Amino acid sequence: MNRPHRGAAGSRGLGTMEVKSKFGAEFRRFSLERSKPGKFEEFYGLLQHVHKIPNVDVLVGYTDIHGDLLPINNDDNYHKAVSTANPLLRIFIQRKEDADYSAFGTDTMTRKKNVLANVLRPDNHKKKPHIVISMPQDFRPVSSIIDVDILPETHRRVRLYKYGTDKPLGFYIRDGSSVRVTPHGLEKVPGIFISRLVPGGLAQSTGLLAVNDEVLEVNGIEVSGKSLDQVTDMMIANSRNLIITVRPANQRNNVVRNSRTSGSSGQSTESSLPSSTPNILTNFLQGEEESDEEDIIIEDSGEPQQIPKAVRSSESLESLTQIELHESTQNGFLPSSEINLNHSAGSISMEYEEHDPDHKSLEDGTIITL
Amino acid sequence: MMKFRFRRQGTDPHRDRLRHDLFAFSKTVEHGFPNQPSSLAFDPKLRIMAIGTKSGAVKVYGAPGVEFTGLHKETATVTQLHFLPGQGWLLSLLDDNTLHLWEIYQKEGCSHLEETRSFGLPGRPGFDSANCSPSITRVTVILLKSTCDVACLGTEGGGVYFLTLPGLALLEEKTLFQDEILQSVPDDYRCGKALGPVESIQEHPRDPSKLLIGYSRGLVIIWDQTTRTVDHLFLGNQQLESLAWEHSGKTIVSSHSDGGYMVWAVNSSCQKTQQPVMSTIPYGPFPCKAINKILWRTCESGNPFIIFNGGMPRASYGDRHCVSVLQGQTLATLDFTSRVIDFFTVQGTEVAEGGFENPRALVVLVEEELVVIDLQTPGWPTIPAPYLAPLHSSAITCSYHISNVPLKLWERIISAGEQQSPRLSSASWPINGGKNLAQEPTQRGLLLTGHEDGTVRFWDASAVSLKPLYKLGTANIFQTDCEHNDSLNQASEEEWPPFRKVGCFDPYSDDPRLGIQKIALCKYTAKMVVAGTAGQVLVMELSDEKSEHAVSVATVDLLQDREGFTWKGHDRLAPKNGPVAFAPGFQPSVLVQCVPPAAVTAVTLHSEWNLVAFGTSHGFGLFDYYRRNPVLARCTLHPNDSLAMEGPLSRVKSLKKSLRQSFRRIRKSRVSGKKRVNANSPSSKVQEANAQLAEQAGPPEVEMTPVQRRIEPRSPDDSLSGVVRCLYFADTFLRDAAHHGPTMWAGTNSGSVFAYALEVPSQEKFSERAVEAVLGKEIQLMHRAPVVAIAVLDGRGNPLPEPYEVSRDLAKAPDMQGSHSMLISSEEQFKVFTLPKVSAKTKFKLTAHEGCRVRKVALVSFASATSEDYAENCLACLTNLGDIHIFTVPGLRPQVHYGCIRKEDISGIASCVFTKHGQGFYLISPSEFERFSLSTRNVTEPLCSLEVSRLQDTSCLSNNFMVTPKLPQANGTHVPHSPEANHSPADSDRSPEEHQAAFSPGPVDSPNSSMENPLDTTGDITVEEVKDFLASSEEAERNLRNASEDEARPAGILIK
Repeated sequence: MNRPHRGAAGSRGLGTMEVKSKFGAEFRRFSLERSKPGKFEEFYGLLQHVHKIPNVDVLVGYTDIHGDLLPINNDDNYHKAVSTANPLLRIFIQRKEDADYSAFGTDTMTRKKNVLANVLRPDNHKKKPHIVISMPQDFRPVSSIIDVDILPETHRRVRLYKYGTDKPLGFYIRDGSSVRVTPHGLEKVPGIFISRLVPGGLAQSTGLLAVNDEVLEVNGIEVSGKSLDQVTDMMIANSRNLIITVRPANQRNNVVRNSRTSGSSGQSTESSLPSSTPNILTNFLQGEEESDEEDIIIEDSGEPQQIPKAVRSSESLESLTQIELHESTQNGFLPSSEINLNHSAGSISMEYEEHDPDHKSLEDGTIITL
Repeated sequence: MMKFRFRRQGTDPHRDRLRHDLFAFSKTVEHGFPNQPSSLAFDPKLRIMAIGTKSGAVKVYGAPGVEFTGLHKETATVTQLHFLPGQGWLLSLLDDNTLHLWEIYQKEGCSHLEETRSFGLPGRPGFDSANCSPSITRVTVILLKSTCDVACLGTEGGGVYFLTLPGLALLEEKTLFQDEILQSVPDDYRCGKALGPVESIQEHPRDPSKLLIGYSRGLVIIWDQTTRTVDHLFLGNQQLESLAWEHSGKTIVSSHSDGGYMVWAVNSSCQKTQQPVMSTIPYGPFPCKAINKILWRTCESGNPFIIFNGGMPRASYGDRHCVSVLQGQTLATLDFTSRVIDFFTVQGTEVAEGGFENPRALVVLVEEELVVIDLQTPGWPTIPAPYLAPLHSSAITCSYHISNVPLKLWERIISAGEQQSPRLSSASWPINGGKNLAQEPTQRGLLLTGHEDGTVRFWDASAVSLKPLYKLGTANIFQTDCEHNDSLNQASEEEWPPFRKVGCFDPYSDDPRLGIQKIALCKYTAKMVVAGTAGQVLVMELSDEKSEHAVSVATVDLLQDREGFTWKGHDRLAPKNGPVAFAPGFQPSVLVQCVPPAAVTAVTLHSEWNLVAFGTSHGFGLFDYYRRNPVLARCTLHPNDSLAMEGPLSRVKSLKKSLRQSFRRIRKSRVSGKKRVNANSPSSKVQEANAQLAEQAGPPEVEMTPVQRRIEPRSPDDSLSGVVRCLYFADTFLRDAAHHGPTMWAGTNSGSVFAYALEVPSQEKFSERAVEAVLGKEIQLMHRAPVVAIAVLDGRGNPLPEPYEVSRDLAKAPDMQGSHSMLISSEEQFKVFTLPKVSAKTKFKLTAHEGCRVRKVALVSFASATSEDYAENCLACLTNLGDIHIFTVPGLRPQVHYGCIRKEDISGIASCVFTKHGQGFYLISPSEFERFSLSTRNVTEPLCSLEVSRLQDTSCLSNNFMVTPKLPQANGTHVPHSPEANHSPADSDRSPEEHQAAFSPGPVDSPNSSMENPLDTTGDITVEEVKDFLASSEEAERNLRNASEDEARPAGILIK
């Protein structure tokens, strides 16, 4: 039995933090080391232990400083909860079977207090039912523009995520020639282009690709020097999670970043691309692969999971992973209706606009209508 | 990108050195018959023969194993080839009227063939070669004088030019123009007409200064070179085709375009001869075709041989390709199935004055084969050729290689083959120059080719020359429209001309359903399975006695109870009723017929378990040939797969196509109608420039409607998704990790793998108990690419041995202690899974990285060149781009890759077959296999020497020769690669070890350590769906718990 030390809880020492956990009508109080809270799994076990519910699947939530009830279901949001808890960490535990998912989200705690208002205006409340937010494990990736921060402005990296949709990818590619700016002047080089979009396909409905966009890379591999058939095979081989770097035919909708525009010329963007991007992309994708491997394993075996982690630590791309995390938490609380298949291109582009607040003036340009 | 990955994987110097010791690529030798031969030459002194082809290749053959190959830089037809007798020089004339001199030179103890100089005849003096008609100086005939210092070139314009040899310098003052000849021709013959092109130049057999020159119009002269005078005139009036001396120099014979030949006496007393001694049209009196070439050979035993080609009656036999051999009253009209290119006779080199030539053999090169006739044995039988085998006598449909064939089986096959062809001559091969320096092959390699006419041919592929051993026909057990009998031959006895069919080139198949699709042979039990186009699977046994027995027939319905399918393809072959007579050799015991009778796409045999598995586009079956009953049939068809049933002419496709076209038209009109206005954006200039460039590049291409490719993931109902691509038997762990047992694996075109656990009774109880098959696992590869191969690796990462290999002490027992793993190779990626739980261990996504697709794979044992007892098992893979990649197993690390076949050469890529020890074969033409080697140790290449006695010092001609194992390939498919691993010949002689299982311990990045295998960096989700039917309830429970714990996993795993 891990009874909390009264003294420690009362003193609110720097090292420990008081936890107040509620399951049903019961409360438990205990303390945690703030500096090393441990893993979520351990915390979960501890909660089951202190509430004496060892074989009950539960949902864990906490109230943050704004009074919102937020879930704890992984190491990251557990650590977030611990680090932001002030003065004590309030934990709410629900049985999974009768969990009320709608309880989570912004304003949840204040809303509860506002019972009177609801009573007074019951119709208002009924008209706007709670938006049901799925659990993070039910989220799925969607097609998007990625790596905006590391690519030259003239390029766009697009991820077409086929998983979970019945839509066809819905595009065709062809041979063609493009003009490049090289140190020797303009040069005509063979290239691969988007030739056609199938109406209603993933490419067309997301608006991420357009006819005559030049394909530069497929999942991190440059296509220059490869034949149309080779590129076709590469794309089909990657069709579950296709990441295409294109040079859009329509260059007017590009995001202009101040930091870049001053220094970069056409030459440097062309030449810098191969050297810098594959590295970044590989790393980025490695994280991706990790989650894949977890998916593939049918019987439990920790072995494959260890491999990518070792590789990852050796690389120094924390900034990127952080962005990833940030985005995922953001996405995590998007209303589920928006995560539906009818994700519009506009909303996606708006999303990355938020990372780039300097260019609000270019609003018309960020909505991609092709 | 490849480089980039290689670098990342570490630059372990130890591994690099090992790679260098293990792998080296070279194309070593071409087997078979040169494609489209165009010329022939023979050196009677060195007893070597040269064949030129339409693609500019020159191939020199001597004794078996003595081979040289050269390729002209120009891809032009080699119209003529001439040896300087005994000198090792070869002069070639190309289509573009250039002459090339080739030299066979000694280097490091071996002889090589190399082009040394070339020469183009200039236009006539005074004429600019540009406006002068090129045909004037077009070379029609070449004579190399026996003194080996001068070449005489007869031309279209009628002039004769002289070149020094081997310098190829024009001796301008010696040039003989027609004007000079015409002075001595009587006026009434001259008639103001030109003499026409030079048709023949022949040296006087006794007096080298005298030349016999024949002109197209019919005039033949004897020209004395020393005095520059016309010695003798033969005023022929019939258009001349060729000339030949009688050995003594007293008689000449001329052949003509009317199908006749004339014999002229050379009488030194008078200067002119008006009439020949004899003139005859052998196949007259009706109009005949020209006699293109004629030879006159004296013979001690009586009448001389007159050998000529053509001259057949135009109307009745104008389409026959014949060479006639006439000796006194004996005439044989050798009837070939393809055009006669050239022929020569082989006789003793030094014939004494007044002696006889006594030709030993007649060698005829026809377009599709080389036929040698023994002229010293009565009846003139053919001599079997030890090389230049016409592989394509019927089109090759599949090939199969077996290495390390046991001597016993080898001898039985040879004896079966010998009994097949009793009519062949026992005379030794007459073209036997040179010495084969290659060591005796230490292991016997057998190459089997399946053919369109239902035959399987067995070739000795142990050494440089590919020898035919045995031919197996499968047509005789079926009722075909055209019965095979030799009645035609017998009926023609009384016929005139006395045709005699020679050669074996017969491209016409009686019934396309007879075609062989797949072959499997067990070398220990001499059991063979041959499967064909009409779903027939024949189980055969080698028997040394002839027999007459009925073949038992079984049908296996692969559709099972699928409804709604109608087979619209061909019917199955009807087997003959009652007993059929079989010659010694492979005799069928059971015939299994698939229903529907689609072509068999995969077959495998396990002789220890008496099982044969076969698959078609509809499903697969398992048959117990001991009890002769089917064990299993499984349909693999997807319900929407209409193509598999209805054949490729489906209506759905054309509708799709027309829809697509009409949409394209609409779209096109829209695009052209709407011209965008250029917006003035305030962005930087560079961006604008880039944007403009991108836009400029766009529109013009739209109008061209270029080739488009649709990008869409494979769907389960893609056409022909049910095609069974591979079948595999293994003794491994399927049910649980404690008990191993017989299993069967099948992979399909849609990325499905089916695994069956087999209950095989012990040897003694075969007749009592039936084999049972229980479905164990079903794996669906998420990328749905066709499964090319499946293999199980033992605990040490080595492939499992073949049946009987362990029990006969020929291979190490597999490691049954460690956990087995399974290598599945799809067209897009390689993946190693653990067994019995199927979970992915390592993978390599070839297509995602390289954009190429897997065509052929094989597990190959590579022996190290430096250390005797080190060998590695690797995965060799041929891609659709014609590259060969080698990967370690089970780590799947890329080791090396080589360009091998042109990517346009689809039939070459499709025909490729790997051997177990790092060699391979692929077809470079319908009739030729290229042999290549991936191993540093196991190389089969021609190593031979030729003793030449040069009359002149030729050191001035020495060049810097490249030391490549082989000169560029004749068909131009050779892709040059850096000769980084040039092994010394001594290395390559060493034989590969037998199954080499031991890995040297220690290297940091050893192929066995899958732990450090770099995971793929391209992110897609390839989740395999594994249905486990066998898993014990406890295990299933654990799986379930895993599933609930690991919630991020998609619900793709179904556990039943």
